[in-house]
Amino acid sequence: MSRFIAPFVAGLVFALGLGISGMTDANKVIGFLNLAGDWDPSLAFVMVGAIGVHLALYRIILRRKSPLFGDTFDIPTRRDVDPQLIGGAAVFGIGWGLGGFCPGPGLVSLAGLGTFAAVFVGFMLLGMVAHKRVHRPTQAA
Amino acid sequence: MLNSILWATVGGAVIGLAASWLLLAKGRVAGISGIVGGLLGPSDTQSSWRMNFLLGLLVGGAILMVTFPEAIAAPAERSMWLVAVAGALVGYGTRLGSGCTSGHGVCGLSRLSPRALVATLTFMATGFATATLLGLTGGGS
Repeated sequence: MSRFIAPFVAGLVFALGLGISGMTDANKVIGFLNLAGDWDPSLAFVMVGAIGVHLALYRIILRRKSPLFGDTFDIPTRRDVDPQLIGGAAVFGIGWGLGGFCPGPGLVSLAGLGTFAAVFVGFMLLGMVAHKRVHRPTQAA
Repeated sequence: MLNSILWATVGGAVIGLAASWLLLAKGRVAGISGIVGGLLGPSDTQSSWRMNFLLGLLVGGAILMVTFPEAIAAPAERSMWLVAVAGALVGYGTRLGSGCTSGHGVCGLSRLSPRALVATLTFMATGFATATLLGLTGGGS
């Protein structure tokens, strides 16, 4: 049972964190990314809080031989920087600046926004499928 | 502003806890674009936890909508077609670049991964550039 509940709880808590932090308010995100306006730098502290906690716990958790409800830890190990990484991140950032949504907040917003979130998520899924068609033999981290 | 910074840090810490819990429980990285993208292919041994995580994310959004509705807001200065383009770019870009704000920005940086650092600096740069350009030109709506 916990095998099913554990990831559900992770997703739920993740969504609450996004909401508390301000990341699900697209206007706040745009206010953070737009340096020309009345700049609101507060969202930089989402990274501070998230990395502060995860950096510390990550090291403690990986002292275990295996996760609680799984056989092995499956952590990305690649360290090379390739054009796909940079190009993909650049394209993602342009989309983020255009819409004010990154993937998590877009999905969390589905519960409340109606059309805007639905359009964002719908086209995000199309973009993901398009990538799959264009780059068939790739894997993601 | 101080209040905003406090909420951002607390929300970030909650995101860090959620990512740590997923790692401890399932041994997996909480990268939203990877989780969603992984579900778009044929179902495999990873599909079940990914689906449960996604379900938790959506239910978390519904809880936010009921308890803290002002946390979720659509971009006021963006038109629907721009949000559609944004969605497609975010979907394609996050898959090509193997991650988004969560996978690279939170989990990857916490692992001190050079790939995550390059990706995060890249999408932050293009995100700032895009939103600032739109802000300066009054575009977007």
